[in-house]
Amino acid sequence: MTLRKLLLAAASLILAPALVISQDEGVLLNPVDIYKPLVDSWPVYSGDYTGQRFSALKQVNQSTVKNLTLAWTEELTAGAPGGGGFRFGGGAPAQVIVGGEGSGEFTTGNSANIKGSILMIDDVLYVTSPDNVWAMDARDGSLLWRYFWKTRGGTHIGNRGAAMWNNYLFFETPDNYLVSLDARTGEERWHVEIADFEQQYFSTPAPIVIDNHVLVGTGNDLDAPGFLQSYDPETGERQWIFYTVPMKAGDPGLETWPNLDTARHGGGQVWIPGSFDPETRLYIFGTGNPTPGYTGAPRPGDNLFTCTLMAVHVDTGEMVWYFQTSAHDTHDWDSAQTPVLYDAVVDGQPRKLVSTAARNGYFYTVDRVTGEHLLTQKFGTYTNWALETRPTGVVEPNPAKEAIIPGSLVSPVEGGVVNWPPPAYSPATGYFYTHERNGFNMLYLTEPDPRGSMGLGGKDRVQIGSMPSYLVALDPLTGKAAWKHEWPGGGGGGLLATAGNVVFTGDGSDNFAAFDATNGSPLWHTRIGNPSNAPQTYMVDGRQHVLVAVRDRLYAFQLY
Amino acid sequence: MRASLSLAGTCLLVLGFAVAPAAAQGPPRRPATFPAQQRPPGDPALVARGQQLYAVNCQFCHGADLRGGDSGGPNLLRSQLLFNDQEGELIGPLIVGGSQTQGGGMMPAIPLPGSDVQAVAAYLHSVQASMRGQGNPPSETVTELNILVGDEAAGKAYFEATCTSCHQASDMNGIAARFEEPKDLQNCWLRGGEGRGRGAPPAAPSAVTVTTSSGAVVQGELIRYDDFFVSLRDADGKRLSFTRRNGMPKVEVKDPSDAHLQLLPKYADKSIHDVTAYLVTLK
Repeated sequence: MTLRKLLLAAASLILAPALVISQDEGVLLNPVDIYKPLVDSWPVYSGDYTGQRFSALKQVNQSTVKNLTLAWTEELTAGAPGGGGFRFGGGAPAQVIVGGEGSGEFTTGNSANIKGSILMIDDVLYVTSPDNVWAMDARDGSLLWRYFWKTRGGTHIGNRGAAMWNNYLFFETPDNYLVSLDARTGEERWHVEIADFEQQYFSTPAPIVIDNHVLVGTGNDLDAPGFLQSYDPETGERQWIFYTVPMKAGDPGLETWPNLDTARHGGGQVWIPGSFDPETRLYIFGTGNPTPGYTGAPRPGDNLFTCTLMAVHVDTGEMVWYFQTSAHDTHDWDSAQTPVLYDAVVDGQPRKLVSTAARNGYFYTVDRVTGEHLLTQKFGTYTNWALETRPTGVVEPNPAKEAIIPGSLVSPVEGGVVNWPPPAYSPATGYFYTHERNGFNMLYLTEPDPRGSMGLGGKDRVQIGSMPSYLVALDPLTGKAAWKHEWPGGGGGGLLATAGNVVFTGDGSDNFAAFDATNGSPLWHTRIGNPSNAPQTYMVDGRQHVLVAVRDRLYAFQLY
Repeated sequence: MRASLSLAGTCLLVLGFAVAPAAAQGPPRRPATFPAQQRPPGDPALVARGQQLYAVNCQFCHGADLRGGDSGGPNLLRSQLLFNDQEGELIGPLIVGGSQTQGGGMMPAIPLPGSDVQAVAAYLHSVQASMRGQGNPPSETVTELNILVGDEAAGKAYFEATCTSCHQASDMNGIAARFEEPKDLQNCWLRGGEGRGRGAPPAAPSAVTVTTSSGAVVQGELIRYDDFFVSLRDADGKRLSFTRRNGMPKVEVKDPSDAHLQLLPKYADKSIHDVTAYLVTLK
């Protein structure tokens, strides 16, 4: 028996009683705790279910943030174990648990690429990068264990984080497995295939745990149908699947496609986690672009439910309402952005609302109970792809701004006014915080064939110029800016808002910076590079920490 | 679906690794962008025979490029059945037995022997493997696409009305000779000659004026600036830098392409095409 096996055997004896305790006591994360507003921990992708990324912590505030100092930093080593060892100082290297269906034929290198949320539960951080999960001490960044997944290959673009249910972690792999680990040891419990690898699906989202559901999305660039699925956190059995495009005769939305075959190749991937409204039990999320992406001629119509804000009942997987944020998109402007749930008074009436700032440069506010449209407002200053807005609030696309052979001058650029990095909302200020990235592309059609192209093909997209870009505080009831802060470097990364009236984000000039949530004044910065994920905050030993990743390195700040 | 601009580089990188042949027991390699590229290449003789069989039996409906034909055959390059097929075991029954298609048509039965089905499958998989990332087909149409649809006279008039406040018409003489492709010329003049794109002159640095709280003014070429810092090179080539707080020192940047950037929200696409049609005549 090797030392590792011996240790595992000993661990399993110690841990055995923990496996039989009830859900209600002694577990790392009782799922009902995710219902609580975000304070000390960070138990789910957006911190809580609202998508607000608003923390009630206020030790770090407008006055004290200038005293933030580095608590610790760690560089994360990814990849197959044994290739160069670990750079974590002090003591023996932590255990690496290896799983996966791959043969070891592929490597994705030893550099972590942290582009997702980091869970903070019971003073432990759970960090992900494609094929890798790390457990780290939230106090000093020490590595507790690492799990490495041997991949079957495919697109390794990013991973948006893990989810937890009781003592169990869940994460998705680029080759489309949902993997469950015991969070205490990193040992694998099971893995299940959630999408067909051969059909070019690749999975990046953070799963979302809601009671006894694990919601998983996945991605695909090649004319394949998008879907959201729910799995049993105990057994890994699928509970339901919801397709975002019509899959059979009679399905809703089919009238917005020329025929079923086109709809079934129509895209609408679910590649960013959504938000959850406990009262209605609606999981509210955005869908990706239609395919083929840039050649819309073979798919005339609005192409439901691509680029759509959707509400699906979490227990049944049935759609309850939808609002399309980009009808018949022809620019690869996904509407997958995490929606923000909040309450506000509209015309004297308290309303339960959801808002989303879409990649296409438009901001929308919708009643999250009924799906009733309340607001459509352009927030990308130079956004120029649209005609008038329909009475329904859906924006009419201008066919002249599609890819054409002699070129059309289009704003925003392909990456959009915003992209996957999440926005934030502060109930204290009532503002919706987002980046506003402006620029122009020339968009040339290179595939005039009436059959169109495939995937994201058929176009040549050329960057022409960057226009002024901003950090913006939007009033979500009007879509107008309460304040704007112009970025010298374009800004970038996700956002965090706190009860200390501070907004954290990257400035696009290699600074991680803090801004006054009430007026956008810069309050603090540190030149650590452009953040690759959204900043987060947590409390440990009475000290508020601010956590952010720059590619393969984590930085934790605190007041001294 | 595409997450960010930086993805383009990543994909090219990954693709670059993918096309390198892997030794059977070689060191670990980068995964390809999609699974069809990771499969071992088929036997060339089998693929060649499959291509001939395809041309005779399948091309009429599915097109020479496999992306569907006039007779209604579906696009095979995005066929889920074909992606899951290994060596004809899934597509064989359809070929031999015929099938009702999703588009509502009927695929006739084509009684090929099993060895021929394997050859056709090998050929189809070889084409799938040659697709590019993000769902791009193997290659675009080779037809020359003419972007010169504008009206030369209207372009000249637009130029004289809009551009001559900065440019003399004679400045433009010879501009067309610098660009092999009209598209590159168009992109370059839209940008204002920034150093991006084929044939474009190098980007000129931005001019910056830095005014300190005491009123001192420093001018030079901008190196970089943000809310917290500014650096520049002055006329003597000396590098200077300043910490910034609360907007001070004040920084005013003059990007040499500013005039062009300011025009971007104002153009109609037709004017762009007209101006390009005019500029290509200035050889």
